[in-house]
Amino acid sequence: MTKPLHIGFIPLIDAAALIVAVDKGFTEAEGLDVALVREVSWSNVRDKLNIGLFDAAHLLAPVAIASSLGLGHIKVAIVAPFNLSLNGNAITVSSALHAAIMAEINGDRFDPMATALALSRVVTTRRKRGAEPLTFGMTFPFSTHNYQLRFWMAAGGIDPDEDVRLVVLPPPYMVDSIASGQVDGFCVGAPWNSIAVDRGVGQILHFGSEILARAAEKVLAIRQGWSEKNPQAVAALVRAAAGAAEFVEQPENRTEVARILARPEYVGVDADVILRTLEGRLKISADGTVRESSRYLLVGREGAPRPDPVQASWLYAQMVRWGQAAASPQALTTAMAVFRPDLYEAAIGIQGEHRRDRSNSIRAFAGPDFDPADLAGYLAAFKLRRGLP
Amino acid sequence: MGAESSPKIAIVDENPIRAAILEEGLREAGFTDVVRINEMQSLLSRIYALDPDVIVIDLENPSRDVLEQMFQVSRAVRRPIAMFVDQSDAASIQASVDAGVSAYIVDGLKKERLKPILDLCISRFNAFSRLQDELDRTKSALEDRKVIDRAKGILMKAKGLSEEEAYVLLRSTAMREKKKIGEIAQSILTASELLK
Repeated sequence: MTKPLHIGFIPLIDAAALIVAVDKGFTEAEGLDVALVREVSWSNVRDKLNIGLFDAAHLLAPVAIASSLGLGHIKVAIVAPFNLSLNGNAITVSSALHAAIMAEINGDRFDPMATALALSRVVTTRRKRGAEPLTFGMTFPFSTHNYQLRFWMAAGGIDPDEDVRLVVLPPPYMVDSIASGQVDGFCVGAPWNSIAVDRGVGQILHFGSEILARAAEKVLAIRQGWSEKNPQAVAALVRAAAGAAEFVEQPENRTEVARILARPEYVGVDADVILRTLEGRLKISADGTVRESSRYLLVGREGAPRPDPVQASWLYAQMVRWGQAAASPQALTTAMAVFRPDLYEAAIGIQGEHRRDRSNSIRAFAGPDFDPADLAGYLAAFKLRRGLP
Repeated sequence: MGAESSPKIAIVDENPIRAAILEEGLREAGFTDVVRINEMQSLLSRIYALDPDVIVIDLENPSRDVLEQMFQVSRAVRRPIAMFVDQSDAASIQASVDAGVSAYIVDGLKKERLKPILDLCISRFNAFSRLQDELDRTKSALEDRKVIDRAKGILMKAKGLSEEEAYVLLRSTAMREKKKIGEIAQSILTASELLK
């Protein structure tokens, strides 16, 4: 490799496989010279990838799809030959909203249906009182965070566009915004939920993995044109990321990984907070209550690295449900073609093992089983939706 | 907004000097309705209160993602952005990303009216970067001069040289070792510190 590859990322724990691939020499071992570029906004990452300032990027999976469909911005075909993470988000609410939900709850407080119904009652009471609607922060219009929040609320009968306000906030601003009362809750990735808990301004209500058992979160995104011209570099990058993803998941490596990510040029937060995320052991409230989930964040386990087109079609279905995209079979095909298990498998040299049917791999806490072959039927089962399938 | 009136432009930039340079440039070009926003708290509601036709934002600003929300149709968004730049404007995007600025048109303004505004922002942003570079160079030149003066003093004392002779020695050493005079001077300072 003569020319260094420029790869953009946002300082989040779910960039771990990419950061470790470069920092621990996995990319170098593949003959790649990689310059990681830390960015401040998803819009910047998308634009710099689209116009060729970046060769690859750590990107929100829905942005890769939106870019390929030309939603919200210029249309540039993106491919994802590697999935950097599944899950990893959480819904955090202010202490006041937490108390209000708990006062209304019937049933298990860790059951998303119970909390969604309780939230719905809180919303109704506030409306009767003439109070301002509740405001929730999320990271980007095309983000799993947005869709997880909407999916959860809507299951309880809350219209996310009418009954509450959903606002985009850059992740580093989330904690201050909940502290100042600008938002009543948010859905964001690590480490920001834990930081809100540590500062005593919020409580983690749900892990994202309780809303959806498997949700594609960040992908390694590459322009389709570039990937076609540089197949060897793409394969080398996938192998390096796969090696790093496996490294990240070894329990004996976690302390080292947390220390690497903690460095100011990467994520720049306390290594202890990062370690909790990697271990899936999260303090959920200031009193020290800890909840564990082995599925909180999946980087190199349970087939997470393999891009699954079913995941892409679920994300597209959310775009249709909430009026961001028109329903069309062509668009569905385009969306699914963004996730490229073929490139992943060709690079890694494995087949079969992960080929089993994962059509029900999303496993949401509510609604029918997801079937990409019957998108209209799936969407019709939801009462609350914008776009008509 | 009438066709003749100047569009209202909001500049979102936490760097007050750059924002001032941009505002001045826009006013000189005849865009009289310019407002600066340097407070990122509740950016969206600030923007709704101002109700601008064009929003200009620097790319170092994480709040750029907040503006992307204005593409959406929802309760939180009152006046959606019609179009940022269309498919044919790849060159404009390239130039603006290179310069570090981005512009959004709010629904109602004709796209062709954005072009001169965007071009002006790009050139002002580039001018600001050049200014910044120049400032950095001047600063380091000043630093160099201080270091060279101190190194000259050390040489004059240690070797009984005149100021002129000390400078000639520094310069010839720098040329021989293919280094900058400032670097040689710095190593003299370091060495003398060690030998104290």
